[in-house]
Amino acid sequence: MKLVIGIVRPEQANQVLEALHRAEVRGFSMGRVQGHGGEMDRVETYRGTTVQMGLSEKVRFEVAVSDNFVDRTVEALCEGGRTGEVGDGKIFVLPLEQAVRIRTGDADEGAVTPVGK
Amino acid sequence: MIAAVDTGDTAWMLMATALVLLMTPALGLFYAGLVRSKNTLNTFMMCIAAIAVATVTWAAVGYSIAFDGEGALIGGLGNAFMNGVDFLPREEGSTIPELVFFAFQGTFCIITVALISGAVVERMRFGAFLVFSALWSVLVYAVLAHWAFGGGWLISGGTLDFAGGVPVEMASGFSALAAALVVGARKDYGRQALLPHNAMYVLLGAGLLWFGWFGFNGGSGFSTGEGSVLAFTNTLLCPATTLVVWFALDVIAGRKVTAIGAATAIIVGCVLITPAGGYVSPGWAMLLGALGAIPSWGIIAYRTRTRVDETLDVLAAHGTAGLVGILFIGFFAQESWNGVSDGLFYGNAAQLWDQVLAVLAAPTYAFVATFVLLKVIGAVMPLRATEREEAMGMDINQHGEEAYVTGEGAILLLPDDDGKAKVPVADPG
Repeated sequence: MKLVIGIVRPEQANQVLEALHRAEVRGFSMGRVQGHGGEMDRVETYRGTTVQMGLSEKVRFEVAVSDNFVDRTVEALCEGGRTGEVGDGKIFVLPLEQAVRIRTGDADEGAVTPVGK
Repeated sequence: MIAAVDTGDTAWMLMATALVLLMTPALGLFYAGLVRSKNTLNTFMMCIAAIAVATVTWAAVGYSIAFDGEGALIGGLGNAFMNGVDFLPREEGSTIPELVFFAFQGTFCIITVALISGAVVERMRFGAFLVFSALWSVLVYAVLAHWAFGGGWLISGGTLDFAGGVPVEMASGFSALAAALVVGARKDYGRQALLPHNAMYVLLGAGLLWFGWFGFNGGSGFSTGEGSVLAFTNTLLCPATTLVVWFALDVIAGRKVTAIGAATAIIVGCVLITPAGGYVSPGWAMLLGALGAIPSWGIIAYRTRTRVDETLDVLAAHGTAGLVGILFIGFFAQESWNGVSDGLFYGNAAQLWDQVLAVLAAPTYAFVATFVLLKVIGAVMPLRATEREEAMGMDINQHGEEAYVTGEGAILLLPDDDGKAKVPVADPG
């Protein structure tokens, strides 16, 4: 089991959702985060106060998958998230020690496999 | 002979002018709530831009083209740069200083320009919109205001338009359709759900618009006389019945009464009564609100299934409802209420023909003129932001600000920093 974390542009989030859907990755969570990568900072001015915005809005996907789903999940995140410009985000794949489905108590592979598979 | 200034009339018209000006920021709220959060400021700023640009063009030439003389198609330049606009009433029968009349009519020009922005939000460049606003306010608004209000061929031919069904509502609605076609759809239109980001702004904006509309319609008699009083009360009655019918249509179509539907119904009801306010009885005003809800509701439901990204449905809410209101006068105007003319229902078929002329001519002129104007502007400068900018959001790339900025991660730049922060920043190069 792995935990795949994908941090992407908010405006690409819909494309990522579509790509995950096509890859038949059904279970994940997402949330808004702020981050800083290599991208140029934005300079904004609020009534004379000029600031350099070091953090950009990003969307963070967390997908827990069994090992044979890792590649297609990573591919889906790449495909949906890529624009080619600096700031497209990063993907991290981490080993996952344990997973439990709360409703049934299913553990590990059973917990990260969609119901009915 | 020019009548003396009446203090009561003047006091009300000063107040009404301020009420109508409030409608434009209210429209900004209404529109800003309907777009995505990354475009909030840009959408509101288009309304502020209308106040800035249309006021200047109105003072320069717009007012004169609309109200100087009795030319069939356009007015003269006798009042250009506010020449002769002073403390005296402008004509026989007027009891308010022309300065007040000028300001009141100017606020109409402003909101009409702002209304069109609803068709092009979330992708039109701000600079291009400023240029469009300046030219449109003179070439389209002032011309149609002359036709319907200022002594042009419609008003002198007998067409009745109390508060702007022709130059405000039909003009903005059909211009919006042309603008949406020339500027083109948003890049994600039809592929992603593009949802309103704050329904509370939408409701608050609609409420403030209704409040301002009492000045818009109630001031269009230019006095505290019977026409103004009738229009004022009809502005309460007509949108109320539109709301009731809209609730019913929502329930029939989706089994729930929606808040954004209700906000839209308020606008549609106010638009319906705009041309008819001072000409129809309170009872007919309530029927107008009820019947008039149906075509606007239907067009909104249909439009979202097309490729036409007339984003905030200016055509349905303003163009269509304004057209229905203008036609309604032809059927149900009542001389015993308005002292001017009867409609078909009271034996005067000629009035209906005068109204039909207006609904043929005004939308045609507005659509064609706006289409050509935007094509010309588009040949000189890009009308749209790039896809990348559109994805990032218009607030950041057009204005360098965000509506919902957190301040986290913001580094203060002092003037002697020369635009560069002292902390090292990764170079993407």
